[in-house]
Amino acid sequence: MIKNILNLGDAALYCDFGQDVNKTINSNVIKYYNNIKKLNIESINNITPSYNKLIISFDLNKIKFNELKNIIEKIHIDDDEKLLGKQIEIPVCCEEPYSLDLSELERKLNLTKEIILNNFFKNEYFCYMTGFIAGMPFLGDINESLRAKRLETPRVKVPKGSVGITEQFTNIYTFESPGGWNIIGNTPLKVFDSTKEIEPNLINPGDTILFKRISKEEYLNYE
Amino acid sequence: MSENIFKVIRPGINTTFQDKGRSNLYHLGIPFSGAMDNRNYLLANKLVGNDLNNPVLEFAFQGPHLKYLGEKINLAITGDVSFKIKHNDNEIEGNCYETYEIHNEDEIDILSTNKSVYGYLSIAGSFDVSYQWGSCSTNTKSNIGANNGLKLQDNQIIKISKISKNFSKKKINYINSKIEKIRVIKGTNFDYFSKTAISNFFEKEFKVSKLSDRMGMRLEGVKLENIKTSNIKSEGLIKGVIQVPGDGNPIIMLSDHGTIGGYPKIGVIISADYDRLVQIPPGSNIKFQQVELSDAETLFKMYEMHTHNLISQI
Repeated sequence: MIKNILNLGDAALYCDFGQDVNKTINSNVIKYYNNIKKLNIESINNITPSYNKLIISFDLNKIKFNELKNIIEKIHIDDDEKLLGKQIEIPVCCEEPYSLDLSELERKLNLTKEIILNNFFKNEYFCYMTGFIAGMPFLGDINESLRAKRLETPRVKVPKGSVGITEQFTNIYTFESPGGWNIIGNTPLKVFDSTKEIEPNLINPGDTILFKRISKEEYLNYE
Repeated sequence: MSENIFKVIRPGINTTFQDKGRSNLYHLGIPFSGAMDNRNYLLANKLVGNDLNNPVLEFAFQGPHLKYLGEKINLAITGDVSFKIKHNDNEIEGNCYETYEIHNEDEIDILSTNKSVYGYLSIAGSFDVSYQWGSCSTNTKSNIGANNGLKLQDNQIIKISKISKNFSKKKINYINSKIEKIRVIKGTNFDYFSKTAISNFFEKEFKVSKLSDRMGMRLEGVKLENIKTSNIKSEGLIKGVIQVPGDGNPIIMLSDHGTIGGYPKIGVIISADYDRLVQIPPGSNIKFQQVELSDAETLFKMYEMHTHNLISQI
């Protein structure tokens, strides 16, 4: 499943699972992530899964690249091992003032608001990875008709809770942050809770997400 | 006896609590953070007789001006730093890598880091800081860590939870070495760059931009030409990775970096040179030199040995 392991600098392994971005390849990345984590290898200080790569960084005081590479290469993963993700429902309000780029998307995609939202809400989404900012989930794949480029000029501040789309992906801004995704709505749900020592992320790689459309009234009364 | 505190008269430009940082959280989007210059961080703790993992105050450029109220305490500053200590009506110029006994109503005024970026202030004892995921390190971009995830603020108070009754005078002679070249291992997208770009990368000088902080160091100079694509599928990053976006200007990921990124990686700074890299101030020039993995491993071992030699001299 791992096609190739390279060194990323002197203290990280760069495990390459191929060029494509799809659920099968990403599920393999996540399975490796889960299995390596279970081994509790003391010299590893971070494992970062992404669409089709797994970066394993380690403490150069404790192990060297070639030694850790040998350990990782020996890990065997069953093809039919099941990925146990959770199902999570995320409420999203797509009314003003939350749907920052919806009008612009109507023009970009040449579709009405209603069609854009119907096509967005009817799919389930798979979480490929989390990161960039704490807890931000990268979800896919969105309907072919909704694939738009990033904003020409990224926003300096995207409001916390914003739900954005770009290319085949959708994400949720867990913090106010700069960003260039097309914002279609906002969730009142806390997707990242920094007060939690364990599992601060609501959504983890391998989970399945269903977005549920809510009104502004429901948004404001959400608890 | 009442509390032992520092009153913040001036917070400084970017003063934060830091320790060794937090690990095994990249997959959630949370970087290591931690003291930027690990050697100076360790030396600060060792001088005052602390556990080496204790929280310290890290400052950048202009540091804080603090007034101490409480029982006497030992304190040390590391880096390449100009500072003054005011005791009654006396004012002395402080030396780095030397402990000072501080008394009630004394003031410490950290004026600047000289031709460098970061400095460290340690106290014999412990600051009263909160921990998040095993570390107090403040990451101001995600509001994580001590001081509610914020840098030091005007007029705030820093509480001290414990004073070690350790007043032995410690001192070492150490000068932060500047290295001629920052050494780099080629990155996983090395072949995305033209031959000219590669030779420019290792032959030309790059200027450190003012838009550099604990997240990243931006460089300006000759634009590095990409012959494939300037966007790759987002993937994990580590500190020291040099990404080159479409505009051809390299960005080096530093301790508070975003955990994933989608720009090609031309190289990665070797671990042995990271402490010295982060101390190169904006406006200065950097030159890179390519080394192999095995060289980088040896250089790191030597660097660590040197650090431990310094620690054992204290």
